[in-house]
Amino acid sequence: MLSDISTPVLLLSLLGILFGLGLGWAARRFRVEQDPVVDQIDALLPQTQCAQCGYPGCRPYAEAIASGEADINQCPPGGEAGIRALADLLGREPKPLNPENGVEKPRTVAVIDEEACIGCTLCIQACPVDAIVGASKQMHTVIEEACTGCDLCLPPCPVDCIDMVELEPRLETWRRSRPAPKIALREPA
Amino acid sequence: MAAIKARAQDRTAGTGMTYPELTRQTRNAGEHLHHFHGGLRLRHNKKISCTRPVERPPLPECLVVPLQQHAGGPAEAVVKAGDAVLKGDVLGINVEQRSARIHAPTSGTVQGIENRPMAHPSGLVGPCVIISPDGRDQWSSLDTLPDWKSMDPQTLSDRIRETGVVGLGGAVFPTAEKASGGRVANVHTLIINGAECEPYISCDEMLMREHPDRIIRGSCILRHACGAEKIVIAIEDQMGAVQRAFETALEASGAENVSLVKIPSIYPEGGERQLIQVLTGQEVPLGSLPADIGLVCQNVATAAAVADAVLEGHPLIERYVTVTGEGIREPRNLLALIGTPVAHLVTQCGGYTEAATRMVVGGPMMGYALASDQEPIVKASNCILVMTEDQVTPPQDEMPCIRCGECARVCPAQLLPQELHREIRNNLWSEAEADRLHACIECGCCDFVCPSQIPLVDWFRYGKDELRQQALDQQAADLARVRFEARERRLERIKQQKRERIKLRKQALSNRSEQQKKVAAAVERASNRKSGMTEQGSEE
Repeated sequence: MLSDISTPVLLLSLLGILFGLGLGWAARRFRVEQDPVVDQIDALLPQTQCAQCGYPGCRPYAEAIASGEADINQCPPGGEAGIRALADLLGREPKPLNPENGVEKPRTVAVIDEEACIGCTLCIQACPVDAIVGASKQMHTVIEEACTGCDLCLPPCPVDCIDMVELEPRLETWRRSRPAPKIALREPA
Repeated sequence: MAAIKARAQDRTAGTGMTYPELTRQTRNAGEHLHHFHGGLRLRHNKKISCTRPVERPPLPECLVVPLQQHAGGPAEAVVKAGDAVLKGDVLGINVEQRSARIHAPTSGTVQGIENRPMAHPSGLVGPCVIISPDGRDQWSSLDTLPDWKSMDPQTLSDRIRETGVVGLGGAVFPTAEKASGGRVANVHTLIINGAECEPYISCDEMLMREHPDRIIRGSCILRHACGAEKIVIAIEDQMGAVQRAFETALEASGAENVSLVKIPSIYPEGGERQLIQVLTGQEVPLGSLPADIGLVCQNVATAAAVADAVLEGHPLIERYVTVTGEGIREPRNLLALIGTPVAHLVTQCGGYTEAATRMVVGGPMMGYALASDQEPIVKASNCILVMTEDQVTPPQDEMPCIRCGECARVCPAQLLPQELHREIRNNLWSEAEADRLHACIECGCCDFVCPSQIPLVDWFRYGKDELRQQALDQQAADLARVRFEARERRLERIKQQKRERIKLRKQALSNRSEQQKKVAAAVERASNRKSGMTEQGSEE
């Protein structure tokens, strides 16, 4: 009677131990260094590094979304299109941008009034993408191509000499606007 | 070149052939005629501007020469306000290979460099050199290359670049760059495109009638510059006068390996890719250039401009412009200086009729509306078309797509315009890209046949711009990510270094305190010994 029950119990425990060992080994052998979801989310974020989402950069926000800590509607520079892309990736419903994080604005770049700049280096330290060059007591200037328009250099400036300006349309960057339907077509609801 | 070599083994899309195989297939260009998909037979409407001889209008009061008239970067002005310039003097230079110089169209004084509208669909302003002519029209010193046959092709390319010659068929691609590209790719055939297929435009036709000799000479120079063996001149079968002119000129010139081919007039046959398909039966693979399959294609007006540049030393400062349409009193072709205001040309053609409603640069199929007739003629302006009210207004309003498929039937690029339209309208960008939106040549055939009057090409142009912008945004985001991560690493490294310094200092401090302890201990020992000795001494 006893031996009847002990054989399967033993067998199952043995199997359990074997599978456990196998899983334990596989977890070490095939361990994923980084969460691939974080990379995928990070690739969709605009990389403005503006911290309007409440995290110190796009990557930290991506990590927060992946862990479920942050919602997908906290990135104003990404805008509606960004939220839609995140919703598609994560299989969630798109929702409107959270107004607490800011509003979607056209892209701008920082311009330093070089006459007024006193060379305090505070904006250089604040810039998340090293787009400002200059040295102590020397005039600073912004590298236009590298500036993401994050506004983070504005608060530290003691003489308020930085302006955010919209880029002038040039022939290379000009694009046509969306054609307006001549009659009100019924768009899908 | 490396790219071309690397692709030698690749199969091209659609044909299943490798690039060298395809290049061999295109060697018989012009021997048999083939078809391209779709296209339209349109009413030509060319005769109304071909009845009057080509004239050179009198000098306008002022010339506005934009510094960007071509593909590639804008030229930088090398003159300033108050400078006296002679006809043919350089006004702007760009050091980039893929760019072109800008020259003074007549002699006079530079009034200044101002931001003016640049004769571009965007209506954007850009730097333009304003010249007030002195009326003498005096050439600056001209440097000719009469013995070009014995010259290095590179020298010829350089001359073509210095004289600012760009493709006059509409794309304004720098000609020297195309010739150099052809040399690198070992092309065998130069196609001279005289198939001016868009209705109303007749500037190339008039040029071919009046100056076939210049076109043939220019073609031979271009053939030498791009290293091709033979020349195929393609004209439309409706151009009887052109054919006769060419035959006479060919006989007189004695040029070898030049053939004249008449092709049936189907719009948009003058498109580079469509013309190649008609002449060779092969398609230029998507994402490749004609040079990749052994061909270079140049417009007839470009060939004539090359002849002027090399044999006369004249830079590109004037072009044939068709001023036509039911809104013009005396439609005709004019030989206009670059920078002439459009209004000046219209005056030469008797002015506007009462019915004139809209002004278009280019033809009725691909042209764009001009905001003001004060804008200048540029190297790309082939035609000024003034249309009337009933030509502009569509017979009915835009209606929903009924998916009839007419647009797909006429599309020369074999796209599915109805699908692309749906995708762009619903912001399905990756799908639009997968359906080859970028292969659209914006010929307007789908627009023309759409029974629902949907402005399909407007949607496709918008979609292309949007996709390009998305690619640029992605590039900017990638750059920002790299810079952000580099900064994070640097800050981490600085923090690490600081920690290490503090550790070292702490260690140094503790070392010092240990030494101090040792010293104190030694002092104590010494003082102990001393006191012991004095005690002993006192006992003695």
